[in-house]
Amino acid sequence: MSTLPESYLEYPRRREGYDHDLYQWSNMHQRPPVRWPQGSVAVWLCVSLEWFPILPAGPFTAPGHMVTPYPDYRHYTARDYGNRVGAWRFLEAFAKAGAKASFATNAAIAERYPELVAAVIEGGHEVIAHSTDMNGTIDSTLGAEAEAALVSKAMERIETASGVRPTGWLSIARQQSFATTDILKGQGLTYCCDWVNDELPWRFANGLINLPLNHELSDRQIVTVQQKSADSWAESMGDAFDWLTREAAASGGGRMLPIHLTPYIMGLPYRIAALEGLLDHLAQRPEAWFARGDEIVAAWEAQT
Amino acid sequence: MQEGAGDPGLYAYHPYNARRKIVWPGGKSVAVWVAPNLEYYEIDPPAHPKRKSWPRPHPDVVGFSHRDHSNRVSHWRMAEVMSRHGFPGSVSLSVALCQHHPEVVADAAARGWEFFSHGIYNTRYSYEMTEEQERAIIEDSIATVREATGQTIRGWLAPALTHTPRTLDLIAEYGLDYTCDLYHDDQVQEVKVKTGRLASIPYSLEVNDHYGFFVYNMSGREYAETLVRQFERLATEGEASGTVMCIPLHAYLIGQPHRIGPFEEALEHIAKDGRAWIARAGEIVDAWREQVG
Repeated sequence: MSTLPESYLEYPRRREGYDHDLYQWSNMHQRPPVRWPQGSVAVWLCVSLEWFPILPAGPFTAPGHMVTPYPDYRHYTARDYGNRVGAWRFLEAFAKAGAKASFATNAAIAERYPELVAAVIEGGHEVIAHSTDMNGTIDSTLGAEAEAALVSKAMERIETASGVRPTGWLSIARQQSFATTDILKGQGLTYCCDWVNDELPWRFANGLINLPLNHELSDRQIVTVQQKSADSWAESMGDAFDWLTREAAASGGGRMLPIHLTPYIMGLPYRIAALEGLLDHLAQRPEAWFARGDEIVAAWEAQT
Repeated sequence: MQEGAGDPGLYAYHPYNARRKIVWPGGKSVAVWVAPNLEYYEIDPPAHPKRKSWPRPHPDVVGFSHRDHSNRVSHWRMAEVMSRHGFPGSVSLSVALCQHHPEVVADAAARGWEFFSHGIYNTRYSYEMTEEQERAIIEDSIATVREATGQTIRGWLAPALTHTPRTLDLIAEYGLDYTCDLYHDDQVQEVKVKTGRLASIPYSLEVNDHYGFFVYNMSGREYAETLVRQFERLATEGEASGTVMCIPLHAYLIGQPHRIGPFEEALEHIAKDGRAWIARAGEIVDAWREQVG
C-alpha cells in the first residue's frame, strides 16, 4: 500500500543553516543597530503600477488578473482605474504628507502612461522595476534564458520610456526562480523586494540586497484577500507603527514599516481617506522617516 | 484506531454534563497553555503522492520566506511577549530545526519551554508511510530533541497534521503521553490505544492563529478579542468542569508587527484574571492523570 520511496525519509540538506545557499541565516535582534537619517522607523510607501493585458499569459496568472471569459471588460477596466485615477490620488496624498515613495512600475505603464511616470519622477519618488506588464511573471517553469531576456527587456523598456534606470526590482507576486537573484545582479540591480522573511534589508550570497516588502501589510492582503475595511487596514498599520517604534526605542536600532499600496484597491473614493488619515497621523510622529526604497537601502548599506 | 471502520474508535463518548470535575493546581478553573509551532519548511522538498508542499513551483518565495520570518525575526518577538506575562511555551517542533537553526531551539529551551514533536519537517507528510518509516520518524524525533535539549519528548502533533492509522498506537508504544491531533473536547481525554496510555490534550484549530488570520480573516485586534472570549467562557465553565485552553501559534503570523501588540494585551488579560493555571502541556496531562487515574 505504501508508495513512499525510502528516499522520502532521507534529508541530504539537513544541516546547520538553510537547506539552500541563496543567503545566510541571521537573527534581526542580534545585528548591530541600524540608524536612519531621521526618526527610528523608516516608513516605506511602495505603490504597484500595473497594466494587465486583457489576454492573460505567462508562467502563472498574476493576482488581480482577468477572471471572466474573454473579453473581461470588468477586470481590465477596474484595474486600469488605478492608473487613471487612483494613482493620482496617491500622488496628491503623498505630497500633502511630504512623503517620498517608491513606485514599482511595469514597463508597459512607463510606455503607455508617460504623464503618470513623469509625475512620479517629478514628485521626487523612486521608480522600481516591476517586470514588463502583468503577464511578465517569473517562476521556475520559465527557464533561465527566457527569464534573463524578460528582465533585460523590462529594464531596457523602463529606462527608454522613463529616462531612469531603476536600482530596485519587484517581481510580480514576489515570485522568483532559483536563477532570479543572479539574473537581477547581472542586470546591475542593487536590490529586490521579493523575500518577506525579515524586517530590515539583508544581502544575498551574490551581493544583491533584499529590501523586504511585507505582503502581510499590503492593501491586497488585508483588503482584497482578508476583506477587511480600509479603516481596519489603517488601524493595523497604526498598530504596526506603534509596535515598531517601541521595539526601536527598546533595542536602539531602527525599524522599517513597508506599506504596499495598489491604486485600484486603496485609491478608491470610499477608501482613500483611510490612507490620507494614516499619512497625516504618521507625518506628525517624530519617529517616522518617510523614505524611498533606495534611500533605505543606501542608509543601511552605509552602515554594514 | 479501528482501520477501515466508519468510527475510527479513538475514544469513548462522555457527555460534558456528566463528568467528574477536574481541579487544576491552586484551585484554578482553566488550564491555559501556549503552543508555538517552531517549524522548518524545506525550500525544495521531495514530492508526496497525496499532498503538494507549495502552491507554486519551487522556490515558492512568499511561502518559504514568510515562514522564514519566524526564524529570523518573529520568534523572539513572540517569545518575549510570552515571557513578559509568564507564559511558558509547549513547542510543536519540526525537529530538523535543531540542525538548521539551533539558536531558535536554544532560545526556547533557555526559557524553560517544553518540546514535543511536529515531525521532521513540516514539508514531509506521514500519509502512506509504512510502520517502519513511521517508527523511524518517531525515533528520529526522540533522539534529535534529546540531543539538542536534553528533554525527552512526551507529545506529538503530526507533521502538517498528516497521520496514518497507526500513529496514535505507535506514539503510545514509544511511551509518549499526549497527542495534540484530536479536537473533540475542551478537557483532557483518554485515547484508545493498543498498548500503554495516551491522553488527548485540547490543542485548537479554531483559535489557532493560522485559522484566525487565514480562515476567518481576522485583524490582529479581532483575534485578540477572540482569545479573550474563548478564555472568559472556559474560565467560567471550568468552575464546574476544569477546562483546558490552548493558544496555538506561529511566530510568522502572530509575531507580525501589526498583530503582536493586540496579542500581548490578550495575554496580559488572561494572566491578570486569576482563574488561569498557566502551564506546560505535560504538566496539564500529569495533573489530569493524577485525578482520573
